[in-house]
Amino acid sequence: MALAHAHASGMGGMRTSGDLVARMQMSRGMKIKEAKEYVANKLSLSVTEIADPVIMTEVRQDLKLGVISPQAGDALGIEAKCRIAEVLDIDINCVNRFKNKAGI
Amino acid sequence: MEKIFTRFGDGTPTEMSESELRADLEAGTEDAADRGKIPPLTEDELNHLFDIFSSPYKFISVEPGQEIVLTYDGAHVKIRRHGLNVERIQGLQIYEKVMGADTLELCHVDYSFKPIKPIVTFEQPVMEQALLTTHAPMFYGAMPNLGLYSQPDGPFPNPAELMPAGKIEEAQASHELAVKEAVRDIVFVGSCMIECGADGINIDSTGAAGDADFLAALLATQQLKEKYPHTCVEIGMAGEFILGMHAGLEFEGTRLAGLYPHDQVKLVEKAGGTIYGPVVNTNTTESTPWNVARVVTFTKAVGEVAKIPIHPNMGMGVGAVPTCDHPPIDTVSRASKAMVEICRLDGL
Repeated sequence: MALAHAHASGMGGMRTSGDLVARMQMSRGMKIKEAKEYVANKLSLSVTEIADPVIMTEVRQDLKLGVISPQAGDALGIEAKCRIAEVLDIDINCVNRFKNKAGI
Repeated sequence: MEKIFTRFGDGTPTEMSESELRADLEAGTEDAADRGKIPPLTEDELNHLFDIFSSPYKFISVEPGQEIVLTYDGAHVKIRRHGLNVERIQGLQIYEKVMGADTLELCHVDYSFKPIKPIVTFEQPVMEQALLTTHAPMFYGAMPNLGLYSQPDGPFPNPAELMPAGKIEEAQASHELAVKEAVRDIVFVGSCMIECGADGINIDSTGAAGDADFLAALLATQQLKEKYPHTCVEIGMAGEFILGMHAGLEFEGTRLAGLYPHDQVKLVEKAGGTIYGPVVNTNTTESTPWNVARVVTFTKAVGEVAKIPIHPNMGMGVGAVPTCDHPPIDTVSRASKAMVEICRLDGL
């Protein structure tokens, strides 16, 4: 059922930019249109392009935002979230905590 | 036109003629309009639903550009429920990488704040480790579940026993004590998870035990947002209508009993909630078109007044999704498309 919704109406998470758009809803309370436009603007892409899995895989790999199938050298987990916080210009709770604990 | 394939609200397959389909769509929207005192769907919207249900395809979707983001309650628990021997963090990784989840939710299988309180120190390291290896924003989720605060499961006299005995004031007093304890538990567990890095708290299945349950969620949200103004708090509902189990409880001057989703959302906003998850229950003896027209009518009314993002619940038994273990994709995809395209949704 979750898969049916994901394919029928979902953005696709890390396959595209669904996780980034969700972060804007969660951190700034943005409605979907505003959240998509914010992410598209930060990535210098169109709203259509941020929902495209091929374009977004390349963009995510270039910007080290985390990808579905990481290759050696790609950003993983908290590494990628540090980049996401920078690119979207938002605070991410676990990133701030990680930096504090790591002394970064 | 040949007969149109659809299902009842329990998932049983059925067929309809065009006139039967249209009649069910009209009856569904009229039922919601009558109960919620809200406008029924317009002729154009009913025509759009007619097109969705008369499509011959097994699976349909929204048009490109209309996609929304998804939140999940109890995400990885559903993987274990299928009998897969997958640990919680692995379950979250499957949601993120295999299923393309936009958000994640860590939770305990005993999905209520009260039983999590004494084991929260075992939950925190799991949250910390999950956050190191995943990418999507992470909720910690559980229910207020006020039923756990009355005897024999909890400390307070059972209102369900007091009410039939005519002890109305005693029952109400018990509800009020339960609210105070539940708020303490939600704020305690929520704070622990935020302190170890969670992006948000999902107070889920809110209102399951009636108006006191909803009040506990609102008050806990208020306190969590005062402590952590930048943290997301999502309130997801249990049903479409707040049952007046206490009947006299108010939040900021509004009586809670009897509220439908388009009024519930205003209180979630007042409490400082970041995302609101309305619920409209599925009627198992009516058709899916009837259920979809009904849920779209209720949810459209929410979308028109909501200032915060709304993520309606569309799991098994709610949001016109059939009440059966494995809701069929023909029905789920039609309900998904209908909701997103008509209701100004921000997510599901």
